[in-house]
Amino acid sequence: MDLAFTAEEDAFRLDARAWLAAHLPAAPLPSLETAEGFAAHRAWERELAADRWSVVSWPEPYGGRGASVVQWLVFEEEYFAAGAPGRVNQNGINLLAPTLFEHGTEEQRARILPAMASGEVIWAQAWSEPGSGSDLASLRSTATRVDGGWLLNGQKTWSSRAAFADRAFGLFRSDPGADRPHRGLTYLMFPLDAAGVTVRPIGRLDGKPAFAELFLDDVFVPDQDVIGEPGQGWAVAMSTAGNERGLTLRSPGRFTAAADRLVTLWREQADPADTALRDRVADAVIGARAYRLFTYAHASKLAQGADIGAESSLNKVYWSELDIALHETALDLLGPLGELSDAASDAPAHGGWAEGWTFSLAGPIYAGTNEIQRDIIAERLLGLPKGRR
Amino acid sequence: MQFLLDAEQREFARTLDRLLAAGDTPAVVRAWSTGDHGPGRLLWGRLAEAGVFALAVPEKYEGLGLLPVELAAAFVELGRHAVPGPLVETVAAAALLDRLGVAAAAEEWLPHIAAGEARLSLCLPAAGPYALDADAADAVFVVDSEGEGDRLLLTRESGPVQPSVDPARRLSRPVGGSVVARGPEVTEAAAHAAGLAAFATAAQALGVGQALVERTTAYVKQRAQFGVPIGSFQTVKHQLADALLRLEFARPLLFGAALTLEPADVAAAKVACGEAVYAVARTALQLHGAIGYTAEYDLSLWLTKARALRSAWGTPSACRARVLADLG
Repeated sequence: MDLAFTAEEDAFRLDARAWLAAHLPAAPLPSLETAEGFAAHRAWERELAADRWSVVSWPEPYGGRGASVVQWLVFEEEYFAAGAPGRVNQNGINLLAPTLFEHGTEEQRARILPAMASGEVIWAQAWSEPGSGSDLASLRSTATRVDGGWLLNGQKTWSSRAAFADRAFGLFRSDPGADRPHRGLTYLMFPLDAAGVTVRPIGRLDGKPAFAELFLDDVFVPDQDVIGEPGQGWAVAMSTAGNERGLTLRSPGRFTAAADRLVTLWREQADPADTALRDRVADAVIGARAYRLFTYAHASKLAQGADIGAESSLNKVYWSELDIALHETALDLLGPLGELSDAASDAPAHGGWAEGWTFSLAGPIYAGTNEIQRDIIAERLLGLPKGRR
Repeated sequence: MQFLLDAEQREFARTLDRLLAAGDTPAVVRAWSTGDHGPGRLLWGRLAEAGVFALAVPEKYEGLGLLPVELAAAFVELGRHAVPGPLVETVAAAALLDRLGVAAAAEEWLPHIAAGEARLSLCLPAAGPYALDADAADAVFVVDSEGEGDRLLLTRESGPVQPSVDPARRLSRPVGGSVVARGPEVTEAAAHAAGLAAFATAAQALGVGQALVERTTAYVKQRAQFGVPIGSFQTVKHQLADALLRLEFARPLLFGAALTLEPADVAAAKVACGEAVYAVARTALQLHGAIGYTAEYDLSLWLTKARALRSAWGTPSACRARVLADLG
């Protein structure tokens, strides 16, 4: 048992660190949930891609470096430790790309992945509907067969990044007569500027349009934009659902870097006699360390060819709750300044805590609510019987 | 990067599990709680034959160690089966005697510890005034301060038993003793031993938590109310899911600490395992309902130990302070 990095992994870390030091924007970019910030983050994706740092774990032909899981974790540690910008194309990179690698055609991979890697095409997800959240298989938007493709109709909602993104992917009911709700669904990709698509941005808690409603009215999608077999969309989507919850969506580097910043804030701001706050800072440090080690154990399992499966639900509940606790502790350390938005001129210089807190609150909701994850943990890891939700 | 137990280490843990499952540990615990140490001594001997104590003793003293990863795996199983006795104290005393470098004391005790012939208790200033199971130990090592420096004492006498919330943990104050060593070497060796004790206690706590989740999962699958197993209710599922979650994120901290034995890493593991086991115990009690609140039902053997181990060899607060102090 060891936690040692190879010479190659150490060299990879130093390469990433050097590149980030040379290229990091001089000042933090505007919030990626604004039009201006979205454009700035897209430009940053282009800069990352120019030196093959945007999708390090992908094979080289698509813009990656063929990095191992451990190398990817190393890259992420360096990325967040450097304070580099948020990744505007994470829906594409973390959700769609793994699906294309597993179920897409070579034509789809060649057409879609390089443009995703470079930030030329930014992707939104289109899973939820007004009546279908945790019970996603009850979705009602339809895909109807027409000559050469499909016509999409219906309504999607809570589509992250859709206010400014270029394209979206999601599930549609292609066989209304199927005997079970999760049968007869098809996984499709579509442009957000296509005829028949109406995008209505939705302000999240802080008012920024981080997601949107999508109205679809006879939107034509060619056959080449179906992933997997028609009618098999549920299986296609679920086979990579672990990617969103598990190893790839929220890497440990994000939390170890945030915990380091929290310790700095604590040293600057804290009343040494306030041991209650001190304990919460310690818990953030311990929690981030636990998540990092847990992930390295998972990476070791993957390297042995084992499947993580339902254990990714443990992962998702843990990081989402850690993220909230960590940001709440930062806001409490800031005292009266804790309620300031990051836009306030008095906001702490090394700020971002307010927007980070806002973002953290969504964690237990997206990527499968934590209630659903706890059901999965109880039923699949502990073997408890299914019951009414 | 291979942050997993290897096949041999997993097999070692399985061997201990089988050995202990066959040993009717609940009966051993109940005897131990009344001061009948006979069955516990027999079990101790079998654990020694399996190599448990040799893991903490260097090869030159007829041991195998120090092997912290294997030691953690072993103490998880000891906690899981609620094995009574000064287990942590014996391996921590071994670490102290090895580090101290007083050859006569090391030669006198370490081979016997490895062979399972010596049960030692230990009392260090940082961990409070009590020695665990002194009445069952062959000797108690005590570190105290006298004048300018620390000194190490050896005694076989202790005061009356101060009952713990865990009936299987028999606490008492050591009495008197002869001086084995003095000076900064004692201070340093005591700090090393306290760290190893915290580490082994964290492992033991994790094993206690694992047993509580296993027993509670089995119970809620068979206990029916309203015509269905209570384990099909979402509120029951979610409490158990949270219990498992706490244990599974404490575990990597324990094995991370095994790789370094750095004080901050050990402290982080102790916080996580101690907090996890106590929270898991609360859940186990709640999901069992009234039957879990009885001394007669075996769940009590783990419930009460969970509370004791949360504070033993490093309170959560002291360990949190250590984590931050060592960040540099």
